[in-house]
Amino acid sequence: MGKWTRRAFITAGSVVGGGLVLGVAEFAFAPKRLGMLPPAQPGASWVTAWLKITPDNVVTVVVPHCEMGQGVHTALTQMAADELDADWSRVRMEEAPAEDAFANAHVFRAFLPFEVPPMLGRGFDHLGYRMAQWVGLQVTGGSSSVRGTGQYGMRMAGAAARTMLIAAAAKRWNVPADQCDARASQVRHAASGRSASFGELAGDASTLSPPAHPVLKAREAHTIVGQSLPRYDIPSKVTGAATYGIDVALPGMLYAAVRAAPVFGGTLKSVDSAAVAAMPGVKQVVSLPDAVAVVADGWWRALKGVRALEPQFDEAGHGAVDSAALFAAQAQALDGGKLSKAGSAGDAAAALAKAAQVVEAEYRVPYLAHATMEPMNATARIADGRCEVWAGTQDPLSARKVAAQAAGLKPQDVTLHNLPLGGGFGRRLPGTFDYIAQAVQVAKAVAPAPVKLIWHREEDIQHDFYRAAYVARLKGGLDAAGRPDSWTAHFTGGSQMGAARPPYRIANLDLKTIDVAAHVREGSWRSVEFSQQGFFVESFIDELAHASKQDPVAYRLAALEGSPRHHAVLQRAAQLAGWGDALPAGQGRGVALVEAFGSIVAEVAQVEVSADGTIHVRRVTAVVDCGDLINPDIAAAQIEGGIVFGLSAALYGEITIDKGRVQQANFNDYRPVRLAEAPRVTVEFIRSGAPLGGLGEPGVPPIAPAVANAIHAITGRRLRELPLQRQLLKS
Amino acid sequence: MTVSFIVNGEPRSIEADADTPLLWVLREQLGLTGTKFGCGIAACGACTVHLDGAPVRSCSVPLSAVGGARITTIEGLAPKSGGDGALHAVQAAWVAQQVPQCGYCQSGMIMAVAALLAHNAAPTDAEIDAAITNICRCGTYERVRRAIRSLAPGAELRHG
Repeated sequence: MGKWTRRAFITAGSVVGGGLVLGVAEFAFAPKRLGMLPPAQPGASWVTAWLKITPDNVVTVVVPHCEMGQGVHTALTQMAADELDADWSRVRMEEAPAEDAFANAHVFRAFLPFEVPPMLGRGFDHLGYRMAQWVGLQVTGGSSSVRGTGQYGMRMAGAAARTMLIAAAAKRWNVPADQCDARASQVRHAASGRSASFGELAGDASTLSPPAHPVLKAREAHTIVGQSLPRYDIPSKVTGAATYGIDVALPGMLYAAVRAAPVFGGTLKSVDSAAVAAMPGVKQVVSLPDAVAVVADGWWRALKGVRALEPQFDEAGHGAVDSAALFAAQAQALDGGKLSKAGSAGDAAAALAKAAQVVEAEYRVPYLAHATMEPMNATARIADGRCEVWAGTQDPLSARKVAAQAAGLKPQDVTLHNLPLGGGFGRRLPGTFDYIAQAVQVAKAVAPAPVKLIWHREEDIQHDFYRAAYVARLKGGLDAAGRPDSWTAHFTGGSQMGAARPPYRIANLDLKTIDVAAHVREGSWRSVEFSQQGFFVESFIDELAHASKQDPVAYRLAALEGSPRHHAVLQRAAQLAGWGDALPAGQGRGVALVEAFGSIVAEVAQVEVSADGTIHVRRVTAVVDCGDLINPDIAAAQIEGGIVFGLSAALYGEITIDKGRVQQANFNDYRPVRLAEAPRVTVEFIRSGAPLGGLGEPGVPPIAPAVANAIHAITGRRLRELPLQRQLLKS
Repeated sequence: MTVSFIVNGEPRSIEADADTPLLWVLREQLGLTGTKFGCGIAACGACTVHLDGAPVRSCSVPLSAVGGARITTIEGLAPKSGGDGALHAVQAAWVAQQVPQCGYCQSGMIMAVAALLAHNAAPTDAEIDAAITNICRCGTYERVRRAIRSLAPGAELRHG
């Protein structure tokens, strides 16, 4: 089954009452030998999967990823259940708790959401403890859950358990295992007509050794994978019953509102808290290094308290910085010539010198906030030398470390209850847990009372870790036939080098980058650097097509010879969107093609520009090759959502800096797309059978260039800066 | 001040500051956390509830304004006669169309749609656009529209 099986470990044992529990761990590179396992380090990716089968014939799949509406709980469970040949109606899902277990039987048992007997079954050895240690090192991000955990963890766990159940049945019936078959949570022996449920066999199976190399099903044999099964998390989300971090309620709980230094890097110099401390319901004013919090018996009273304070913050020397200066610094860095190589091919400079035509353009994109609908919040309690935290995060274990540090405790003395996220988009990733640190610091001040700290939307917009603002300078050299012969892109940023590489066949490439430090906090934003580079690359290839007086689709297709998957995606999108068909006056189409996170996405935007310059995106047609589909409806929802998320940024999204601080504060001046502005979206998938690609992010990058290209088709104006609506209205 | 009103059919009496937004009374004093805080300025609609049958943004309705009112939250939307697990037609359509993603905005979205359809069984697309101004960052609008259309078919479809 390829290299990965050699790096995967499977362990199995019994649970109380005679069931089977089975775990799979796989890591990105092979350890030298068992027991000398590689430490967790940046770039190393871990996948783990656990499932148990109990005598009541219920299969429980433990999913080590958080649910933020991307459907991962359902899709991953489908992958395990499919390989297991389970009856879907007898399959349950549990999210793994944030415990990293260590090589310690007690904590290991605590990690598992079910009982493991003191005398562990065979297989629950030292390796088992080590595996448990890795489970929580699982970040939900990078569109990786299905293609990592699902592909290498869930499927293997299901296949291994199925093999063991069949072996147990064969042993019990004294028949060859290859005469037995599993279907719908039953093992059958066709020749004798015997059958037994997984639950009946689980105890016997737990005494067997797990297979080292479980055989995965062929694609055609999938029964549960490939179906649009309803998501587990939806019923509770239509009744108000779903409990997000912000909904936690504890006895005696207090509430905190906070105000942090408006200029990033600033610290709290002084605050006169006497008047506020005397306000009704206010319990305490808590000074933090870079913020001040008010704790009260209700959040509204806490907020009123914070608003009444006049804290003095210093500006860490950044009080004069504005967006113009930040962009100027980036332009200067690009002028300075100290760029480092991000990719090259051929000799771009030489090719450019003899080009029949040269096209040059500079692009820029602004900072963006995530603006998750659930503002940052966390609830914390410090009592009896322990700390408990309730929050929604994309990485519970990293969040736990942050909490431990803020509490002055060891991570194992901290319990982090991870709850469903009211949006993530990269805002709840490691390195961005300032809200958790704040909640713990405040809880320390009011211990042992639990405290729920909620950011007002203004805090949320003004203290994000922003999608970075970048500048890119592109040069294209065309040959006599107008074909792209060289492509030069010098840009700021560059943490994801591959994002700047055009998917087209261009003989000479010169990609260079320079990272420009700013005091503004930066972080990952849904689709990471593809969000910037997708706009640069796909706008510029459109410019080249126009410079050579060719149709933008035909021009791209010609440059995609040798990339059959990209070619097929783009061709189908154009066909489905009716590319070239007549449109009403004032309307036009634009196209973009981006490969990101292993998936290839083409989007065609049908756009109208009214006489007053208002942009209306009427229709978006997306075609996606993500290899294969686990749950087609969830997949479509991710692309639909990615398009709207990207469209908000393309049309309106902009965080600007003045006097060192963010100028926008709420949804009135940081405007997302609403229903009236949402296009009709059609999504179609090409099931190429290529390795699985991600879906949470790849829908985002193509929409901004597709809309910008459509605006060019309508108005003849090439908008090289986002957001588009403001740029178009600029005369 | 003490204010009496009816929430999901139950009479309630609440003691709180007069300027306390209804949102925080519902969430903190009545434990009805299905109604969400999103912006605090009536811009996003995550806190939408029904006040005497009309959709309001509870983050911007002070306690002092709701004396004697009849309030319905997402927890009280489904008909009581349906028993446990019963859903309002809008909620059922939301499940059928698999609308929510993160789900945080959906209580407010569902309340806004339920109010719209209660007053206008066959809204035009323009009427839907005007009434449903709730923000969803996950981008579920395509399915929101589909779910509304599954409940109010026959009205015009907006196409480009």
